Amino acid sequence: MNVILTAVAVLCIIGAVSSAILYVISQRFKTIEDPRIEQVLEALPAANCGGCGFPGCNGFASAIVKSDTMDGFYCPVGGQTTMDNIARILGRTADVSTKKIAVVRCNGTCEHRPRTNIYDGASNCAIAAALYGGDTGCSFGCLGLGDCVDSCLFDAIHINPETMLPEVVEDKCTACGACVKACPKNLIELRKQGPKSRRIYVSCMNKDKGGIARKSCEVACIGCSKCQQVCPFDAITIENNLAYIIDDKCRLCRKCVPVCPTNSILELNFPPRKESKEETAKAEA
Amino acid sequence: MENKLIVSPSPHIHSGDSIPKNMYGVLIALIPTFLLSLYVFGLNALILTLASILFCMLFEYFISRFLLKIEPTISDGSAIITGVLLAFNVPSNLPIWILAIGALAAIGIGKMSFGGLGKNIFNPALVGRIFLLISFPAQMTTWPAPVLASATDAISSATVLSRLNFGSALPTLSSMWVGTESGSLGETSEIALLIGLIYMLWKKIITWHIPISILITVAIFTAILYIFDPQPLYNPIIHLASGGLMLGAIFMATDYVTSPLTKKGMLIYGFFIGIITVCIRLWGAYPEGVSFAIVLMNGFTPLINYYTTPKRFGEKQNG
Amino acid sequence: MLKTFRIGGIHPAENKLSAGKKIVNAALPAQVMIPLAQHIGAPCQPIVKKGDKVKVGTLIGKSVGFVSANIHSSVSGTVNKIDKVMDASGYKRDAVIIDVDGDEWEPTIDKSDTLKRECNLSSKEIIEKIAGAGIVGMGGATFPTHVKLTPPPGLKADTLIINGVECEPYLTSDHELMLEKAEEIFVGTEILMKAVDVKKAVIGIENNKKDAIARFTEISKSYPGIEVQPLKVKYPQGGEKQLIEAITGRQVPSGALPISVGAIVQNVGTTFAVYEAVQKNKPLFERIVTVTGKEVKNPCNVRARIGTPIKNLIEIAGGLPDDTGKVISGGPMMGKALPNIEIPVAKGSSGILIIPYSEAKRKAMKDCIRCAKCINVCPMGLNPTLLMDLTEFQIWDRAEKQKITDCIECGSCSYTCPAYRPLLDYIRLGKGKVTGIVRARKN
Repeated sequence: MNVILTAVAVLCIIGAVSSAILYVISQRFKTIEDPRIEQVLEALPAANCGGCGFPGCNGFASAIVKSDTMDGFYCPVGGQTTMDNIARILGRTADVSTKKIAVVRCNGTCEHRPRTNIYDGASNCAIAAALYGGDTGCSFGCLGLGDCVDSCLFDAIHINPETMLPEVVEDKCTACGACVKACPKNLIELRKQGPKSRRIYVSCMNKDKGGIARKSCEVACIGCSKCQQVCPFDAITIENNLAYIIDDKCRLCRKCVPVCPTNSILELNFPPRKESKEETAKAEA
Repeated sequence: MENKLIVSPSPHIHSGDSIPKNMYGVLIALIPTFLLSLYVFGLNALILTLASILFCMLFEYFISRFLLKIEPTISDGSAIITGVLLAFNVPSNLPIWILAIGALAAIGIGKMSFGGLGKNIFNPALVGRIFLLISFPAQMTTWPAPVLASATDAISSATVLSRLNFGSALPTLSSMWVGTESGSLGETSEIALLIGLIYMLWKKIITWHIPISILITVAIFTAILYIFDPQPLYNPIIHLASGGLMLGAIFMATDYVTSPLTKKGMLIYGFFIGIITVCIRLWGAYPEGVSFAIVLMNGFTPLINYYTTPKRFGEKQNG
Repeated sequence: MLKTFRIGGIHPAENKLSAGKKIVNAALPAQVMIPLAQHIGAPCQPIVKKGDKVKVGTLIGKSVGFVSANIHSSVSGTVNKIDKVMDASGYKRDAVIIDVDGDEWEPTIDKSDTLKRECNLSSKEIIEKIAGAGIVGMGGATFPTHVKLTPPPGLKADTLIINGVECEPYLTSDHELMLEKAEEIFVGTEILMKAVDVKKAVIGIENNKKDAIARFTEISKSYPGIEVQPLKVKYPQGGEKQLIEAITGRQVPSGALPISVGAIVQNVGTTFAVYEAVQKNKPLFERIVTVTGKEVKNPCNVRARIGTPIKNLIEIAGGLPDDTGKVISGGPMMGKALPNIEIPVAKGSSGILIIPYSEAKRKAMKDCIRCAKCINVCPMGLNPTLLMDLTEFQIWDRAEKQKITDCIECGSCSYTCPAYRPLLDYIRLGKGKVTGIVRARKN
C-alpha cells in the first residue's frame, strides 16, 4: 500500500513540476502571430509547390499578410477563386489574372527527328544536357528523359512512350512553373490557356540555320519569317532563326499556321477549319 | 555510319564487380563453417541450412512478385546469405516449421517490408533469429550435444555461455576454438569463422574495421574485468571463443546494408557492439547478446552515417 | 623507392595496346575545322574571315579575357567559312574551317629537329611567348598554361612537377613522346623552371613505363635540379592534387590552388609544347594522339594537326572496326564519348579510344547496397553515394558541406560500384549546381 502511495505521490510531483516548467517556457517564448496568416493558409491549397515564388504556402501566407497590396501575389494552383477568397480575408481587391498552362515547345517525335546516336547515361535530362547536345541532330530539342515529369507535383506531365515527348494534362496543370525550371533546354513555357483552351505556339526551339535545322528535324522552325509576314497583329518575332509568338499580342486568328512550310506552328483545341476565310475571321473577332 | 554510337558520361569502363559477386564471395567464406557444422552436428545441419535457404528464397520471390510487384532479386545471392546465416543461428534440432517462421520474419519483416535489398535497416537474419528467440525461447535455447561428443543425439547440453552464467564446468579451450562443443549451427567453430574472415579480407569484400573493432573491444573490456576479478566469467579468451561473437562480428555486423559507410563510423559501430555484447552477456537476462547488440547498433547506423565523414583529402594540411 | 598518394585509388586494367608504337605523322586532311573554344575559359575571337589565306602557324583566333588561349592555323590554305561545328563538347560551337592547300609554314617557325638547349629569355618573356603560342594543359584539362605560370600575388612555388604519369588506361601518347623527345622535355622543364623561378623540378612517371624512367634518369644526370621520381601504378595519380601529394607529400587544401602548397604541375606534352614555342617559335597546332581500342586493327600514336577530323586518324589505325559501340575522345575513365566521328582533334585530345559494343553498354542500375566501396576508392575522401542522393533530391546545402565541389571527376566511384550506379553522372551535375550557388553567393 505504502509503495503505491509513494509512486502516486512521486508521479504527481513530477507532473506538477513539468507542467510548471512548460507553462513558464510557453509564457517566456510566446510569439504573437497575425491570426490572418492562419486564415490565409487555410484558404490556400496546401500543395507547397513553390509555384508562387515563395517557400511553400506558409511563406506565401506570411508574405501576403505583411504586404499591403495584392500585387505580385498569385497562387497558380488555387487560381482566381483562391485569390478572391484571400482578398476577402484581407479586405483587399484581387487583380484579375489569366489562367496559364505549360506548353512544350518541341515536336521532335521519333518520326520527325531521327536518332543519330544512343544515350546511355543516367536517365536525367540535366545530366544528358551537360554531356552533349542530345541523341538527335538537334541540340535544342527535348531529350525525353523526364526531368519535367519528376518535377511535377500534380502528375500533370507525362512522357508519351511513342513520341518520347512530354505531354501536359490540361485539367491537371496548375502552371506552377516547376517543369519550366526543371527543363535544361528551356523548352517549357507558361502560356495563356486561351478561350476554350485554344492556343497557338511555335513548337520548336531550334536556333540553327534553316538548312541545318531542317536536316535534323522535319518539323523544325527554319526562321523563314513567312508567319511574321502574314500576322496581322505583329505578334510574331524572329530571332536567331527562330519564330516566337508573343502571347499578349496573338489574337488566335490562325493565319500563321497554314503558311508554315515545316508545320512547326501548332494550334490546339480549335474546331476544324471552314472553307471561307471571311467567316473564320468573323468568328475570331 | 550504320551503327549508332553510344554516348554516356565517363567513366566508360567498369571494374566488373557486382552485387552477386560480393554475395557469393560471402557464401564461399561461409563454407568452412558449414563443413564444420556438418562434421559436428551431422545431417541435421545440412537439412536445416538447405531448408532455410529454400524458405528465404521462396518468401523473397513471392513477396517481391505478388506483394511489392517488383522484379524478384533472388538471383543476387542476398536471400541465400540470409538463409544460411539464419540456419547458423539456430540449434541443430530446431523443428523445420519454426525455421520457416524465422525465415518469414527475416525476409518479410527484416528485409522486404523496407523495400528489399539495400533499404532494410536491420540485418534480416538477425531479425529472424531474435523473432524466434523471443517466440520460441525453449526450442531456441536447448542445444543438442554435438554428434561427435556423445553417441546419442538428443541429449541436450548447455552452451559455454550459459554454463558460464550458471557456473557449470567448461569444455576445454581447444574444443571451443575448433568448435566441438554444443551451440547453434554456425557459431561453434571460431577457427572456421576466422578462415572466412581472412578470405573476405583477401577478396576485399569487407574491410577489417568492423570485425576487428568488435573483437578487440570485447577482449579489452572483459580483460579489464578479469584483472580485477579473475574468474572464468570474465576471461577474455573464453568470451572470444564462445557463443555467436565471431559469427556476429564477422558475418552479421559486417552486412553491407546495415553497417555504417565510413571507416570512422565502422569503428564506432564495432566498439558499441562489443560493449553492448559484453554487458548483455554478463549482466543481462540472456546468456548471449551479440544479436541484440548488432540489431541495436543497426538502428544507430543512419545516425552514425550522418555524423561521420570519410577522411577528406587536404583536411590535415601537410600531414 | 616508389611513391604514391594515400587516399583511395583504383587499379583498372592498363590495356596499353599502343605502347612502344613509334609516332607516325597523319597525312594532311583536305579540310580542317579548328574550334575557337579549345580551352577552359572564354572562346577566342576569330581574326580571319572567309577567303583569307593562312599559313601553318598563322594566328586565327585571338584570346579574349585573362583565362583564354590563342588559336593558330594548323594548315596552309584558304578560310572556307566560320561556322558552328560539333566539337568534343557535344555541342555545335564556332570553328574556323580551312581548305588545305600545300603545307607552307610561317617563316618565323624553326622547322629543324636539332636540340636547342640554351635559353636567355627572362621569366616574363617566356610566359609571354607561351601565351602567344596558345599553349594549354595537354593532359586533357586544357587550362591555359600561361595563366597557371602566373601565380596570384603573394604566392610562390618552390617545386615544379612534370606530369608523366599517364594513369588513364589505353593511352600512350605521353609515354611515346617521353621516349622520342626526352631531351626536349628536359629543356622544356628548364624553361618552365626559369619561368616560375624555382630551383627544383620533379618528373613523376608511373612504374609501368620502365623504359621512360630509365631514359629520363640517365638524362637527368646532365640537368641539375631536375629529378625523376618513379611512382606506384595507381589511378588517378595523374590528377594534379594526387600527383603533388605523391611527390611532395603535401595535400592541397580543399578549394585551394596547387600553388598554395608551393607546387606547379605541367604535363609532359605541355612541357614539350613549351620547348617548341620558346626555342622554335612554333605555336601549338599539332599534338600526339593515341588511337586505340581492343578491336582496332593497328593501335598507334599519331601526330595530328589540330582540326583534323578524328575519322582520318581512325583510318590510320585500320579504320573503324565493325564492332564499335563507343568512340571516346580521351581515356576510358575521364574521356568524352562522341556522338559522331566527324569531330575535329583539339588541343586536349590525348587519345581516341574505340570500345566494342559489348563493353560500351552500361548495365542496369540497382539499389545501393551501401557497401561503401565508392568511399574507399574516392581519392578525395568524399562520400559518393551520399553525394548522388543529395543531388537527386537537390539538397544543395548539405552537398556543399559534404565537399561536393572537391570532386575531381576521376570516375573511380562509378567504376567500382557493384550496383552499377551512375554516381559520377549525378555528382558532376550536383558539383555544377553547387559551384553556381557558391559563385552567386560571392557576387
